[in-house]
Amino acid sequence: MATTEKMTLNMGPQHPSTHGVLRLVLELDGEVITKITPDIGYLHRGVEKLSEHRTYHQTLPLTDRLDYLAPMSNNLGYILTVEKLLGIQVPERAQTIRIIMAEMARLQSHLVWLACHALDIGAMTVFLYCFREREVVMETYELISGARMTSNYFRAGGLSQDVPPEFEKKVRDFVESMPANIDTYEGLLTTNPIWRKRTIGNGVISAEDAIDIGITGPALRGSGVDWDLRRDIPYAGYENYAFEVPVGENCDTYDRYKVRLVEMRESCKIISQALDRLKPGPVLADEPQICYPPKENVYNSIEGLIHHFKIASEGYPVPEGEVYQGVEAPKGELGYYMVSDGSSKPYRMRVRPPSFVNLQAIEKMCLGSMIADLVAVIGTLDIVLGEIDR
Amino acid sequence: MPENNRAVIKLKEKFAASIVEVAEFRGDVTVTVKKEDLLAVLSFLKQSLQYNLLTDVTAVDYLGKKADRFMMVYQLCSIPNKDRLRIKAAVSEGDCRVQSTTQVWATANWLEREVYDLFGISFDNHPDLRRILMTPEWEGHPLRKDYPLQGPDREPYKGRLS
Repeated sequence: MATTEKMTLNMGPQHPSTHGVLRLVLELDGEVITKITPDIGYLHRGVEKLSEHRTYHQTLPLTDRLDYLAPMSNNLGYILTVEKLLGIQVPERAQTIRIIMAEMARLQSHLVWLACHALDIGAMTVFLYCFREREVVMETYELISGARMTSNYFRAGGLSQDVPPEFEKKVRDFVESMPANIDTYEGLLTTNPIWRKRTIGNGVISAEDAIDIGITGPALRGSGVDWDLRRDIPYAGYENYAFEVPVGENCDTYDRYKVRLVEMRESCKIISQALDRLKPGPVLADEPQICYPPKENVYNSIEGLIHHFKIASEGYPVPEGEVYQGVEAPKGELGYYMVSDGSSKPYRMRVRPPSFVNLQAIEKMCLGSMIADLVAVIGTLDIVLGEIDR
Repeated sequence: MPENNRAVIKLKEKFAASIVEVAEFRGDVTVTVKKEDLLAVLSFLKQSLQYNLLTDVTAVDYLGKKADRFMMVYQLCSIPNKDRLRIKAAVSEGDCRVQSTTQVWATANWLEREVYDLFGISFDNHPDLRRILMTPEWEGHPLRKDYPLQGPDREPYKGRLS
């Protein structure tokens, strides 16, 4: 008589479809998944511990390395938290540029998501198209901050420097070309029978379960929950922009795909509105205690040099207190909880990464489905391990 | 004013004896409660006041600063009411354990594992309390203030020489 037994299969951490160093221990009954035990922490760098030993200014570059597919979003969340502790306002131009860059980060992150998600399921062409467009975002990063990925561009009180004159045209050209590009991706996927077969009814999670597990971002909206921090608990001036929040119905991978595509179109609209409002003006608040002096003062006067040196070596004192600030990062709610003891270093800096919480849902979404569907679910959750492991 | 917060009003009615402190800073309302009543307070907030999303669970180590060394921090969010609330509870080093909130929100599972891993606070009735970011055989809890930045077996960092 034939007997059957369950098989344990190791997937990752070096597996191209796990989007980084995610390891999953799968228990399989034939091809059907009966248990998933995620194993994370391979990329743990101790960002929270490190930040306790650095000034607020020195901690900022660490945040680039969390969700390295959308560094500006991480910068924004961190800087808003510090500014909330400090209680300072930023000039309008700086705020507008921040919104442009945060939405560019969303486009960048969603492009990488679409590229890898489609590649995992077998659509190679989309991958190449998406990376072509992502390159423009990277060039914009380089144009304004000097780095393609680790931007480190925002400062408490504004920006590290103003954008160069060619910035506006570059971003506007990009945003104007994007709707047609998104049409191209949709043309390749939305009605593609293979794509539909692989994604419709895959990775279903109900709205109640999604909220219970704490999923946020496009994955939550794909399950039909109308919740977007940019609109519902606005920050950084998002309340002044008009945009739609797409919501799915069937709670499956296909709906999450559609939600993210609409989000990309909405991001383009937000960027266009922001570009229309971009007026010349200062990009750093008039807060000499906190903000670096202009470079010409540093080079040409001893007072400017001392001023620069003092902020660089000692940092700036931050009032005692604790705040939490959440932003709608491309992958969900990115939150920073910061406790200050009045010194120039954070007493405690906690990063609430969206991917970490969203990844918890993987077992619920995959139990009873085939192992090939797991790859689609990892793609649709849109995780990034730099942020999960910190 | 924190007194006008909808959750604070209800909590003061129902859990007057458990509230240690109510504070507001930069618009964030924080309610500190006694550890014994933490689970009851959190379930009440979810069931009766629609704080349906548990955004974050973390801890802070106040070594040498406060009588009770650790502080558990829960960030709650209400999707229907679009507001946030922070609940805290002090945990002493001698009795370093809290009731798990996994029964109230499934979210708490990994978040509490992380607190257990990095702070060494243990959670009663947690379904799967294992380390999550560090390796299983790791010794010590890195986010404690007495854990050296460079790790346990290395020379402490003395600052840049330049």
